[in-house]
Amino acid sequence: MNLSFDHEMLWLMGGVLGLLALATAVGRWIAARVTSKSARATVANLNARIRAWWIMVIVFAMALLTGGIGSVILFALTSFLALREFITLTPTRVGDHRALFWVFFVITPLQYWLVATRWYGLFAIFIPVYAFLFIPLRAAIAGDCERFLERTAKIQWGLMICVYCLSHAPALLSLDIPGYKGQNAKLLFYLVLVVQLSDVLQYVWGKTLGRHKIAQRVSPNKTWEGFLGGILSATAIGAGLWWVTPFTPLQSAALSLVITLMGFAGGLVMSAIKRDRGVKDYGAILEGHGGVMDRIDSICFAAPVFFHLTRYFFTP
Amino acid sequence: MNGELIATLLRHGSGIHARWIGCEPVTRQRIYFANHTSHLDAAVLWSALPANVRVLTRPVAARDYWSRGRLRPFLANRVFNAVLIERKKPTPNDNPLEAMLAALGRNGSLIVFPEGTRNPGPDPAPFKSGLYHLAQRRRDVELVPVLLENLNRILPKGEFLPVPLLGSATFGHPIFLQKSETKAAFLDRARAAVIALRSP
Repeated sequence: MNLSFDHEMLWLMGGVLGLLALATAVGRWIAARVTSKSARATVANLNARIRAWWIMVIVFAMALLTGGIGSVILFALTSFLALREFITLTPTRVGDHRALFWVFFVITPLQYWLVATRWYGLFAIFIPVYAFLFIPLRAAIAGDCERFLERTAKIQWGLMICVYCLSHAPALLSLDIPGYKGQNAKLLFYLVLVVQLSDVLQYVWGKTLGRHKIAQRVSPNKTWEGFLGGILSATAIGAGLWWVTPFTPLQSAALSLVITLMGFAGGLVMSAIKRDRGVKDYGAILEGHGGVMDRIDSICFAAPVFFHLTRYFFTP
Repeated sequence: MNGELIATLLRHGSGIHARWIGCEPVTRQRIYFANHTSHLDAAVLWSALPANVRVLTRPVAARDYWSRGRLRPFLANRVFNAVLIERKKPTPNDNPLEAMLAALGRNGSLIVFPEGTRNPGPDPAPFKSGLYHLAQRRRDVELVPVLLENLNRILPKGEFLPVPLLGSATFGHPIFLQKSETKAAFLDRARAAVIALRSP
């Protein structure tokens, strides 16, 4: 993966840093003005989120600047941390121990090795076929039959979401798009930016105008106002970023709409799992955000769909 | 320096999340008593304490396990500053209680596992009497129940390769030996205090 950096990438990064600076300033301005106790807690959480955003943006930008391999490693580590949170919440048994060792230390690195070496044929089926057959076999050898199907299904599902789905984001770097050679880093940036902006904007619209709950039982903070406002505004911004992509403005709008809708779906599904397990967050590693899984749930759902649409329509 | 580095590695490796729900992480004299499910327990609980508390707190550990090989004695003596006790056949010259009382001294704290051995079951095994004798001799020391969770999934009994899940340590309200409380009643109450820390 040879990636070059042009002024468009600099504009993108500069824009995001400017946006964060603005958010930091607004966060401070609000913090100095709120008085009630609950509002203060909300603003403290908001400012903690903004601080964590600075770190995430700087790490992501530095990974992109390495020209490909850094991004693959960053997403591999993210998968590892997310899977760690996911399996921690999943009641596995001692009989799964060896299978889990393979999942963390062999299957996850191999999947990203397939991304780095651009071996698309195996990348696309490695976890859905080979890991899928191997995990129950390893657990069966361990000899514990209690809740066997349930345990195997949960491990496989965690692997699909946290590793397989997420690995489609850095896999964007390996697509050969005519007229876009060496520029794929911008496509990855575009995906992550639109997904995360959509999350942020749904949060902002929801906090300011949210009235009507969209899924009371699954995710009490999600509202119709937040959903529509967030999806539409993030799609508009995504459409406005067509110049960093191989897409026309209209195509960019359509793909951004798909990305934001899938992102919403990811947040909803992963919330349902949290409710089922009786927790609010997957972890506590990112101050204000919760765990890694809480931050990337939307990318996990958006990345494979965006990857395949781009691959199907824009590569020969 | 060495200790801080190893504590940091242990904290990240075990993903340990310390929840102080019954007391604050301060340097007053305490005996932390916890459930025991994994070889990681003593090291990870020690690493979860803040540095200023950690330097005053010594895990009490089995000499037979921590004397084997080269790494374990190094860790036990140079890093954790463990109080190694004989759990199989204590003699008057080698009395675990005296060793623990000496280690408490005037400002020390201890980490103990009153079950005496790792227990793979869901509930802790009945507590051995060492905790009672410590409580009787040192009524001024706070006895803090600690619930360790998930460490047995990271490194279960009988396995040697760890799986990187996230552990947690929950610190409860300190308890004391009450006047005229019997040994059995106290040990039951102490065990119940650990179990009560489970999240609902």
